[in-house]
Order: sequence, then C-alpha cells, then structure tokens
Amino acid sequence: MSALTLYASDVVALARKDLRLELRARDTLPAMLLFVLSTLVVFHFALPTGTADDAAYGLLWIALIFTALLGLARAWAPEREGGALDGLVLAPCDRSAIWLGKTLAVLVFLTAAELVALPAFALFFAPVDLVAVAGVVLASIGICAVGSLLAAMAAASRGREVILPLLFLPLAIPLIVGGVGAGISPEGATYLTFLGLYDLVFAILAWATFEYVITE
Amino acid sequence: MIDVAAAAAGPVVLGEGLEKRYGRKRVLRGVSFAVPRGGFLVVTGANGAGKTTLLRLVAGLAAPTGGVLEVSGDRRDLGFVGHEPLVYQELTALENLELFGRLYRVADRRERSGMLLERFGLWDARSDRVSTYSRGMIQRLALCRALLHDPALLVLDEPFTALDEDGAGVLDMELSALAGERTVMLSTHDPARVEALATDRLVLA
Repeated sequence: MSALTLYASDVVALARKDLRLELRARDTLPAMLLFVLSTLVVFHFALPTGTADDAAYGLLWIALIFTALLGLARAWAPEREGGALDGLVLAPCDRSAIWLGKTLAVLVFLTAAELVALPAFALFFAPVDLVAVAGVVLASIGICAVGSLLAAMAAASRGREVILPLLFLPLAIPLIVGGVGAGISPEGATYLTFLGLYDLVFAILAWATFEYVITE
Repeated sequence: MIDVAAAAAGPVVLGEGLEKRYGRKRVLRGVSFAVPRGGFLVVTGANGAGKTTLLRLVAGLAAPTGGVLEVSGDRRDLGFVGHEPLVYQELTALENLELFGRLYRVADRRERSGMLLERFGLWDARSDRVSTYSRGMIQRLALCRALLHDPALLVLDEPFTALDEDGAGVLDMELSALAGERTVMLSTHDPARVEALATDRLVLA
C-alpha cells in the first residue's frame, strides 16, 4: 500500500472508532441535538415579532458555534480516559492522522446537529437558501479543523472547560462573520470564498502543528 | 563511513546527563545509563524518584529538558506499558487490539491478538468492554497491547502492578522468553522478582 493509502486507512480507522464510541456511549450527539434545538426554540420566543432575518441569522450562528463547542469539549474525553492518547502517540502512524480522524468524527456530529438546526431555523425564523447552506458546510469544516486542535490542547490542561472557549471563540469569529455573511449578503459568494480560504489555511496549520501539541 | 557492526553492537538506549523539569520542579537530574541490544535494565527508586518520567522519555512521550537521549529504531520498534493502560475504555479488548494492530501495521493482527488474549487469560472476556474489566485484567490487556507488534524494545513501568499471581506468572514467563532476544527496560519496586533476568541496574535517587 502507498503511504497515502496507509494514511487514509489510519484516518478512517480513527474516525470510525470515534463513531463507534459515540454509538455506544451516546455522550455527545444527543446533547448537541438537544442543545441546538432548545436554543433555537428559546431564541424564537425571546425575539420580538417582526425582528429582521439578519438578526435571526446571527442567532443561528450563536446556536451553531456553542453546539460545536459542546461537541469539541467532549471530543478528546475517550482519549483522556485510560491514557489512550498516549497509545495513539506511540503508534507509528503519522500523528496528524489522529487530528484528522478526530476532525472528521466531530464534523459528522456537527453535521447531524445542523441537519436538525437548519430545518428548525427555517420553521421558526427565515428560509435558508443554498448559499447559506454552503456557508454552514464550509464554516463547519473550519470549526472542526481548528476546534479539534484546540480541544486537544485544552484536554491536556487542568482548566480545560475554561481554556477551550477562551481559545476557540476568538478564532471562530471569522467563521461567524463568513457564515452570517453567506446567509444574508447579496455577495454571498465572496463570503464563501473567504470561508474556503480560512478552512485551507487553518486546516494546514492544525495538520502541521498537531504533533507538537500532543507531546510533552 | 558508518561502521555497521559497531552501530549494531552499540546501545539500544543511551542516556547521558538526562534532566527533566516540569516548570520549576526538577524530576530527573543527571541520569546516565546505557542498555545494550538484548539487555535487561531494571530501574528502581523510591516513589517520586523519576522512574515513570525516565521511561516516558525513553518511550518518546516526553522530551528531556537537558542531557542526551538516544533510542535506536523508530516507534514501530517500541512496546510501552505505563501506569495507564493506553486503551479505550468503551471498546472491547479485541476492538482495541484490532485498532492498535492496524496502526502498528501488524499483518496478522487477528491471530496475534487472539494468541495474546489467550496467553494472558483474557480470551473469554475478549468481547467485553474494557470499562467492565478489573484493574488486573486491564493491566493484562495493556501488556497484550504492548506486545502486539512484537517490539524489539520493551519499556515497562511497574508492569506487575495489579496483577494477581496467575497474571504475574504469565508475565514472568513472557519476560523470561523475551530476555536476551529483546531489549527491556523495566521499573519495579520488587527488583527481586526480575533479578535473574537483569543484566543492568539503575537506581534513581
């Protein structure tokens, strides 16, 4: 097998392991689904009638970002228990495969939450067009790529519950700007390009730096 | 030119003046040792002397803050047992060994997993989640994981911890079989147990 095939095989095995763990423990996904849905319901009743769609889109992104944060906070919990992360670090696979596998698994969870959130948003607030959906997809990739790296950093520290939001939220601001812009601006394509560039730059950074994050 | 014969005869693990600090706390200070190919180094010392830190450095799980550490080979050549089992609690023993066997590129991982689980008395519990295991069973699984890829260098941090007499007996036999063929670094509070196998000793103060 070529090096690339082996790398892809490692990534798939690691992501599949996370999905299997979630199917068994159901620690993360149900919490994310309930959170995003209940947040949108609360926003629905909290907003005055006649509030502009622009404001509603902002609230959608608040709900999505904090839902992602909920998932990211749990992302490395299975690796913390029993020192499994050390087991992965010792393995001769490329360490970036550990990050990529985790990113894919978190992306699956976040996508599932968005599949609930977007219809609920359309029901409660405003219709969602294809550009807005593309914005959600691109922003989700960025959220998971950056978030998985930062969650690994936070997982190694004592104050992980505080550190993760402190690290993640500032870096998520461009994603929120891009996501909201794609949803409400007539120049949605510009925002999609911006999100694509963000994903590319931060995915490469996370891929290249992960090894240094997980070793003492 | 590289002298291949000399390189092969050189130590598998060499530490010179090793130092490790965590912030202002110095855990290791000026530790020097060498483990030749096929050697069996027993590391002893009081609690807090730095045994675990030293073995984590050798395993590559931490980097020294001073001194020189050379470990021949790559991660594929190393088997490590630490204070934690390094396995997933919500996977079964077989699933854990399948995952790590894949990451270690073990071609016959199913057969080898089965053989190790049988040898360490875990075959009947192979499909149970690790979270349901006793401490001793978890330690046995940790040993299976460390031996799965047949490593040339075994780094074992107090491997007898939590094992009952049966488990300790199996580990005794494994170590006896590996001694001389594989290079072993082992920390223990009971050096008498491995006295017959030891070729070198390192006492950390």
